[in-house]
Formats: sequence, C-alpha cells, structure tokens
Amino acid sequence: MIYADNAATTKMSRRAIEKMVLLTEETYGNPSSLYTFGQRAKEALEEARATVAKLIGAEPREILFTSGGSEADNQAIISAAELGKKNGKKHIISSAFEHHAVLHTLNKLKKEGFEITLLDVHENGLILPEEVEAAIKDDTCLVTIMFANNEIGTIQPIREIGAICRKKNVLFHTDAVQAIGHLPINVIDDNIDMLSASAHKFHGPKGVGFLYAKKGIRLSNLIEGGAQERGRRAGTENVPGIAAMAEALNESVEKMAENAEKLTEKRNKLIKGLKEIPHSAINGDEVKRLPSNVNFCFEGIEGESLLLLLDDKGIAASSGSACTSGSLDPSHVLLAIGRVHDVAHGSLRLSIGEDITDEDVDYIIKSVKEVVEYLRGFSPVWRDLVAGKSQFILP
Amino acid sequence: MALYSEKVMDHFRNPRNVGVIEDANGIGEVGNAKCGDIMKMYLKIEDDIIQDVKFETFGCGSAIASSSMATEMIKGKPVADAMKLTNKAVAEALDGLPDYKMHCSVLAEEAIKSALEDYEKRGKN
Repeated sequence: MIYADNAATTKMSRRAIEKMVLLTEETYGNPSSLYTFGQRAKEALEEARATVAKLIGAEPREILFTSGGSEADNQAIISAAELGKKNGKKHIISSAFEHHAVLHTLNKLKKEGFEITLLDVHENGLILPEEVEAAIKDDTCLVTIMFANNEIGTIQPIREIGAICRKKNVLFHTDAVQAIGHLPINVIDDNIDMLSASAHKFHGPKGVGFLYAKKGIRLSNLIEGGAQERGRRAGTENVPGIAAMAEALNESVEKMAENAEKLTEKRNKLIKGLKEIPHSAINGDEVKRLPSNVNFCFEGIEGESLLLLLDDKGIAASSGSACTSGSLDPSHVLLAIGRVHDVAHGSLRLSIGEDITDEDVDYIIKSVKEVVEYLRGFSPVWRDLVAGKSQFILP
Repeated sequence: MALYSEKVMDHFRNPRNVGVIEDANGIGEVGNAKCGDIMKMYLKIEDDIIQDVKFETFGCGSAIASSSMATEMIKGKPVADAMKLTNKAVAEALDGLPDYKMHCSVLAEEAIKSALEDYEKRGKN
C-alpha cells in the first residue's frame, strides 16, 4: 500500500505516539488542579506551549491550543472581525481558494454586514502582493491568506503580504495548516499576526491544533465556560494530544530540510512521469509548491473512478472531483485557478510522505497511466474529443 | 462501512456491456460534463427485443456501476419492458446507492429511455 494523501492527514510519528501514551498513562491530572497530579499536567502543557512557540519564533503566551486548524481559523477571523467592528472597520480581504474553514466563516460575516474581497489566485495559484495592497481600504480590518494551498500546494508570498499589512496597519492572518512543519516559518520574519495550525498534518494526533496570535490582539471566545487558555478557550486541555503535537512539530522541524529535499526530488519525478499522459496538466505553479504536492487534471475522465481504481492498486490518493465531495460542483480551488468544470472533475491529488521510495514513484506513474487510459477507453467525452466532435481543453 | 455495496464495486470494477454498437438503431446520451456524469447507451433492437446493448460512461464509480447494471436489466428484454425500467430498480439491484449518488441511477434510467425514444423516432422515418 502506498499512502499518498498526506495533505488529508498523516501517520503519527513514533515519537509523538510515545509522548501521547506517556502523558495519557502517567500525567492524567487536570492542569487546572492544584495538587501535584494536576501541576504535572500543567507543566507538560506549558512545556508544549514553549516548544511550539519557539519553533515558530513566538512567545509562549501567544500560543492558544485549539481542537485543530478549523477552530483556529474561525477564532482568528471572528476575533479580527469583532476588533474591526469596534473601530468601524468592516472589510476583510482573503482569496478565492482558501479552506472552507476560512471561506464559510467569511460568508457568515458577510451576512452580518462585512464586506469581503476575495482576491484572484491566477492560473498558477499564486496571489500577487501588489493586488493585496491595492485591495486594502481605510476600513480593512483583516487580510487572511493561506500559507500553502491544501489542494494544489502553491506557496503564497506570505512575507511580502505580511509586510504590506504591517505598512498599512491591517491585521494579517495565515492558515498555515499545510505549511507548518514542512516549510520554514517564523512569525516575526514573516510578518504574521495570527497563524492557524493543525497537528495531524505534521505527524501529530488528530483533534489538536493551535492559534498563534501576536500579543496585544484580543481574541474572542468561541467556547465559553472556563479560565483555560488565559480565558480564551474553555474546556479541559487535551494534554496528551498537545504534548504529542509539540513533539511532532519539533521532529518535523528537525527533519524539515532533509525531508524537503527528498520529497522535492520524488515530487518532480512524479510530475515528469504524469506529464507524459496526453491531455493532462499540472494544477498550480510547478516550482512554488509544497515538496509533497502533485495535482493534475486529466481530460475525459472523472476523478472518483480514478481514485477507486487506484485504491484497488494499493494507492491512496485524493481528487477535487464533485463526486468525492458529495456536491455537484468540483473543487472551488480548481475553479479558482480557471479550470473549467469538465476538466476539474478529472483531477488527482497526490500528497506524498517521507517514506516514499523510487519504486513507489514508478508504480504510481505506471498505475495512473493505466487507469486513465482504461477509463478513457469507455468515456463518451474522450470519444468525442478524439473524434474531433469537441475541442480538447488541455494540450 | 464501505462507500459502496459489493455489487456496486463489482459492476464498477467489471462493467458489463461496455463499448459501442456500430449498427445500433437506438442511441441515447444524457448528462453533461459540467456536472461530471455523461452516459451514452447503444441499443440493437430486432423484433421489439433488445438484442444487444452497450454503454459508455464518463462519471464516478456509481455512474459506471449504474450503467452496467441497467444494461444487464434490459438485455434480451422486450422494448415495452425496458421502457418500464426505473432508477429505483437499478439502485435496488445494486443493493443500494448512497443518497447523494441516487442521481446516477436516474441518469441510467434516462439514458435507456433516451435510446429507446431514438429507436422509436427512427422507426417512424
């Protein structure tokens, strides 16, 4: 079996598992309790906070633990909106291909009277800093742009966008769920005011994440009911999960350069191999993308069929096809980079892991080629394209 | 709990009656690429009996399985029986489809009806 869906979730690292087990078995006290059991848990919690903070160049008090990336996105945006509203600023800038945790929160704010500008992400899936600057108005209270896209892996010019926001005195949030642990991030150097992260994308456990919020930014609570997390997030802390997240992030950062080099080489090999399939195209910039991400469209076929047949061959991958999401529309990310519906339905995302071998890469290329050819063999769309009854969209 | 029943997976992995009938006397195509599903049915009808049926499908696993099952259900049957084929019967024969995939069985029913209508139309000319 080849697991090539690491953008969906990753396998927990051995070190993270051991940390989680240790804390679960031995440090089960409630961090809010005064006795030793509780205080040990509190120490573990604060140690994790210090570790996470250090790894992104923040201070411990700037780290708020959450249930994951979605919660962190929600809280960051809602907080910025409430701060903005107090100052009469009700304009937010984001992009068309953000994660739904961002887009749905923005939709909610729109109904409450906020003006939302979604920037174009262009054919290569990259936001232009000058377009961010041009979109900022006197009443802009937040710019929220993802660090790296979850489907096509394109890496945004975060530092430049952050610098513009600093200059214009606008809060800048980035959903770094796909990037953290995989790309170097320093909130000071990268001019980031708020950042969302999720542990299970870097070999940590599911259901844990964090929000970095620069000191001085007053966060609004999504969950009321206790004084945990400096009063900003009620609920007994998931100490084993949080400690395992810190361990996993530490390990990912330690191995980042080595992993990135290896993954980039394998990724490029995959891209080269899949490009040989006629009437296919890579989605997103070929270079400015996550080392693990490969995303293609194949004309004349549908993505879910492709995934099911790849699964039969022992390859776990993902697609932006409508059928995999339960909606009639294909991925909003592929539509945002200008792929038409017909082509967007035939997409494949491979997000490879560090344990991938050259043999795996060859096997994936061979399998995708076989399956695409097989499905095209009885696709009426492909028949019409080949017969010249309709025009190819992809070269 | 798998996404699809064993029967759906069987018809998806080994679709029956795949291909084209060159001398078909009833052809129907439904769906559109924009929505991600297109089904094309080819019928060869003689003496009001569906002697042969083939399909081509662009679509998800359940679209392919629904096409395959639908062709099995009408092959060798009188035209009048094929006209009565319902999407519900196709879905039931597949041991069910997830709710949001029921439209695949609807497409299969419509594709067959469209091919039968084409056959009737040709007969009048």
